[in-house]
Amino acid sequence: MSIPLVPLENILFLPMEEFTRTVTGKLRSGGRAAVFFAMPEAGAFRLVMAIAFDLEGRLEFLSTAAAGSFPSLTPELPQLHLFEREIYELTGLKPEGHPWLKPVRFTGAAARPGVAEFFRVHGSEVHEVAVGPVHAGVIEPGHFRFQCYGEKVFQLEIALGYQHRGVERRLAAGPDARGIHYAETLAGDTTAGHAWAYCETIETLCGAAVPARAQVLRAIMLELERLANHTGDLGALSGDVAYLPTASFCGRLRGDFLNMTALLCGNRFGRNMFRPGGVNFDLDAALVKELKARLDAAFRDAENAVALLWKTNSVVDRFDATGLLLADAARGLGLVGPVARACGIPLDTRRNFPFGPYHDFTLSASGRGDVYARAYVRWAEMQKSAQLVDAWLDALPGGPVAAECGPLRPGSAAVSLIEGWRGQICHAAVTDDAGRFRYYKVVDPSFRNWVGLAMALRNGEISDFPLCNKSFNLSYCGHDL
Amino acid sequence: MFKEIIARFKQGYRTMEFPAPGLALPARGLGLPVVKTLEETAAQACVYGAISAGPGGGLDMGRCVFCGACAQAAPGAVEFTKEYKLCASARQDLVVGNAGFKRAAPVAADIRRILGRSFKLRQVSAGGCGACEADCNVLGTLAWDMGRFGVQFVASPRHADGILVTGPVTKNMELALRKTYDAVPGPKVVIACGACAIAGGPYAGHEECVGIPRDIPVDLYIPGCPPHPLTILDGLLRLIGRID
Repeated sequence: MSIPLVPLENILFLPMEEFTRTVTGKLRSGGRAAVFFAMPEAGAFRLVMAIAFDLEGRLEFLSTAAAGSFPSLTPELPQLHLFEREIYELTGLKPEGHPWLKPVRFTGAAARPGVAEFFRVHGSEVHEVAVGPVHAGVIEPGHFRFQCYGEKVFQLEIALGYQHRGVERRLAAGPDARGIHYAETLAGDTTAGHAWAYCETIETLCGAAVPARAQVLRAIMLELERLANHTGDLGALSGDVAYLPTASFCGRLRGDFLNMTALLCGNRFGRNMFRPGGVNFDLDAALVKELKARLDAAFRDAENAVALLWKTNSVVDRFDATGLLLADAARGLGLVGPVARACGIPLDTRRNFPFGPYHDFTLSASGRGDVYARAYVRWAEMQKSAQLVDAWLDALPGGPVAAECGPLRPGSAAVSLIEGWRGQICHAAVTDDAGRFRYYKVVDPSFRNWVGLAMALRNGEISDFPLCNKSFNLSYCGHDL
Repeated sequence: MFKEIIARFKQGYRTMEFPAPGLALPARGLGLPVVKTLEETAAQACVYGAISAGPGGGLDMGRCVFCGACAQAAPGAVEFTKEYKLCASARQDLVVGNAGFKRAAPVAADIRRILGRSFKLRQVSAGGCGACEADCNVLGTLAWDMGRFGVQFVASPRHADGILVTGPVTKNMELALRKTYDAVPGPKVVIACGACAIAGGPYAGHEECVGIPRDIPVDLYIPGCPPHPLTILDGLLRLIGRID
């Protein structure tokens, strides 16, 4: 069951003051902004918010009209801080009273992410450390600015935008043949997650019923993606505390999971598998057998490699109580995914907003918000993913793997929520009178979670940064779009 | 200590032989295209303009994101094989015509003498989706063990013999790319890895992207979206003359 289509006229429209009051009330009583954007309308803008009530699995839409500026809700509701900055950068609509109104992606020609103004701590022995955009490892570009007292980090500010390549802007010009490629490359390590979200958005808008077999094949892709990335993360965490056995084993095993994905669709990252209406590749009995055998072997080796972590004192000592992020902060900032679950926040889109074949999904993974918890939650999720894939391979529904997608319904809005390996992915689209996209919005879980990393570093040691960063392992390109 | 030894025993020796006979992309993978006829249908199926029909035309692997749309639209015209050796030394060599394409040649003999046994690269990620970076990283894992060939990604451009660029080079990364390139001591090589770095990839034509500046000469083009690790490793080893 996906989130049903909403005719535009059914989106609650409120005067600004009432909008502000209602949003504040709802976000304070268990609501979380799934998406918040400003869409051009009648020479001004319409602010649209979808509020997710995670525990009830319910989504509510609210909107208001704005021109020139609107009162910032960030001082009351920190979870909106980046949405408001984004609205300001994209439209010029100023959130009045926003405490830190910097560009999110530096889309303008004048400024660049690393040379803008940074929040600074003053004092005779306070010093500043600047890192990036080109880092020591083979990773994406970002800039980290630390305010330190000795080894202690008072404040970390993360400046991104280096990967800004105009995907969201171009997606909004669709739907067209390039759309699926944009979705697949929103974050290259989350191809299945974003491609699914994009396809589901289109399917909701055109009313296509995706065949059961296609849904299960999609879910297999999504869980293999989770297995590969979580395995890689556990290996990388191990490497960052200089425990090389698990680092080495997991480096190989991540590849084994990627190669299973390639067995399905030919590409290690899951490209070319998804298409609106279904999937492009099917499995036959021989492939099912091969996948099952490979899954069994890789998972058993992963179990062996990961078990070493919990039994090694030096690893446990470095993971334990490092990069602490409290549940209140995580909730207040609207964090998602394994990072939020590791703080004890029970949000998993697969359970709260079931999609595809996740009918009775249950998984209780929890922790106290340190690196240890973020590592352990990943391991718990890997076990569940392996079980799910194995069970699905045993009982693949019959029938076709794709349905036809007709024209999109005009004047409508659709939101799709998918639990990618980093957390909840949200795609939202609004169609115009001709059934083309009028607006398209992508919220990668990294967009929400980067600030969590900054919070986790507060009062920690700067030498713990690589370890904390790995425990979040967020996407730069998914944020920068 | 003992638990690690036991685990190592269970995990086994996993480094693959490379190059080895029979190595190929997965059964459903899309490798080197074979262009049989230059049909208009195939050209029209490509949203990136990678195929030019008619005499003298061909399939430009630099623009290709290996989605297979052309082969699906015109099965008789284009076919993708499982061949992973796709790298070329010059931009125009990436065009696959009726007669195939021109595979990468080693760098000049004097540079090869310097780099042939110890080749250190600074990777610069400049836009893109992070998949090329992931498949470069994988070459450092024990399964691929790129280090055995003397090839390694290093932290500082000062320690590097060249840069490997991924991504379409966004405006926001242009300066950082140039500074990193300038910081590498000569003689140095430049490698464009992936469809984005070669010709913009899925983001071709976006105003947010500028591409590798013309005055930074590229010595090796690695096509793919992203290139398979086999393709990347093959290209790097060809460049330094370790395989031919």
